[in-house]
Amino acid sequence: MTSSVRNPLPRSSRDRRFDAVLTAAASVSALVLGLVVLFLMIEALPAWRSIGAMRFLTDEGWHPTEDRFGLGPMILGSLLVTAGAIAIAAPIGWAAGVFVQLYLPVRGARAYRQAMALLAGVPSVVLGLFGLLTLVPRLAAWQPPGASWLAGSLVLAIMILPTIVLSTDAAFGAVSPDLRRAAAALGLGRWTFARRVAWPVARPATGMGIFQALARAIGETMVVLMVCGNVPKVPASVFDPVRTLTANIALEMGYATRLHRSALFVGGLGLVLAIAGVLIAAWLLDRRSAEHA
Amino acid sequence: MSLSPRTIGAAILLLIVAALGCELRDDGETTLVLTGSSTVAPLMTEIAKRFESENPGWRIDVQAGGSSRGIADVRSGLAQIGMISRELAPDEKDLRAWAIARDGVALIVHRSNPVRALDRSQILAIYSGRVRNWREVGGRDAEITVVTKAEGRATRQVFLEYLAPLASAELHADIIIGHNAQAIQTVGGNPHAIGFVSIGAAEVDAERGTPIRLLPIDGRPASLDAVAAGEFPLTRHLNLVTRSEPGPAIEALIRFARSEQLHDLIRAQSFAPLQP
Repeated sequence: MTSSVRNPLPRSSRDRRFDAVLTAAASVSALVLGLVVLFLMIEALPAWRSIGAMRFLTDEGWHPTEDRFGLGPMILGSLLVTAGAIAIAAPIGWAAGVFVQLYLPVRGARAYRQAMALLAGVPSVVLGLFGLLTLVPRLAAWQPPGASWLAGSLVLAIMILPTIVLSTDAAFGAVSPDLRRAAAALGLGRWTFARRVAWPVARPATGMGIFQALARAIGETMVVLMVCGNVPKVPASVFDPVRTLTANIALEMGYATRLHRSALFVGGLGLVLAIAGVLIAAWLLDRRSAEHA
Repeated sequence: MSLSPRTIGAAILLLIVAALGCELRDDGETTLVLTGSSTVAPLMTEIAKRFESENPGWRIDVQAGGSSRGIADVRSGLAQIGMISRELAPDEKDLRAWAIARDGVALIVHRSNPVRALDRSQILAIYSGRVRNWREVGGRDAEITVVTKAEGRATRQVFLEYLAPLASAELHADIIIGHNAQAIQTVGGNPHAIGFVSIGAAEVDAERGTPIRLLPIDGRPASLDAVAAGEFPLTRHLNLVTRSEPGPAIEALIRFARSEQLHDLIRAQSFAPLQP
């Protein structure tokens, strides 16, 4: 992540005006974030008060129209789908990133990076549609109902793969040329160089890429809504449907009233906290590695 | 970096101007805002277009966002008219509902499914999770994929009323979806799935070649004609909602929306007009 250093450049009056514009823009973004969180809290308050925090975890099942508000299966659903996606995308993305950086010739690497950037730019609704029309029916023919934890993790993995590939690629690319030359002088092979020399240096940055992918995956809505089946139960296998917190909100918000609606905001608040948790973990990791460096 | 008072002032001024911008209206125009059900919104958009072309100087703004939003917006005054694809709930009687059309809820299966009809006890057995294989209701030996709508949806409500006293929590689901289109897509892509959706939407998609079939219920064919004739067991009204005493402008639009001259438009939108 970025670190701020006191800017040593002198400030002219033009700089000052520019400063003011930048400050205003920065405060507006911070203000918006604050307002969003505040809004979530206000909307969640009625449910928080009359249902009670514990019941969101202890109620059996999510049946808001029958006064049962168990968010547990959805919290677990969000975690499982995200963990599955990382488990699939991280090794593949890591291997691909190393391949691009250390094995592909320059022109090939450039083309590959362009392709990854393109994949990263595919709107999630398109990936969701791809999953719904190709993946889910095939899974359904094999292990019904098809829309499942596995389907969600697979499509999310495709979505976050470019992030992991490109960050691994960049992390290995940032290894100092001196080390490369020294490794070459010692007659190390590319694989030994990657594993013994570059990996220890590149590891923290690679980790950051995975955290970015994690934050994106856990907040993703459209893909999981389309391919996960959305049944708010704890899945018994990867072929069972799951519902995530995001899908829960997207599915029910427009049709929810009073406590039901407010309970959805409690889920939303939980989601913001989860993402904040991921970012804080990433920040701690970053700081620790900075101290080691 | 320090925040000068001038900067903060400028930022606040900007926000105020932005907020005011939303309130500015062109005078001399009568503007009505409608929000609510995504099922009713496309129909009301067409009705509003025709109303505007017949009544210059009117501007009707239709926004979809779910039945609940329609109710909330009418209560808060954000919208003059709400659109709901269900009846008013007992605790919503402070508002007034005006039916404009009828819609039915049909059971759909994949076109390759050999099952041609189901009766109420079979539907109940499938949707309570007691029957898990098509063989038990006269179909192939394959596991049934039960597609259900999310809680709070009007079609789910209508369907539950038909299966009463089955509780909402007892309704079985292998896949839960939101919109009709998603349910049709899911059933069209799974030879062993069954789902319930708005009849109009299902008829249109079946004609366009999506591999689904509408099942007759209790011997009544699932079609808009049957809904219009009042012969189909699973129907609902599409309603406009206002405060208990709407003003003349609001009433004018409602009278127009309920008039017989719109029946062609209602049919074109795949809903059944109210009986005269």
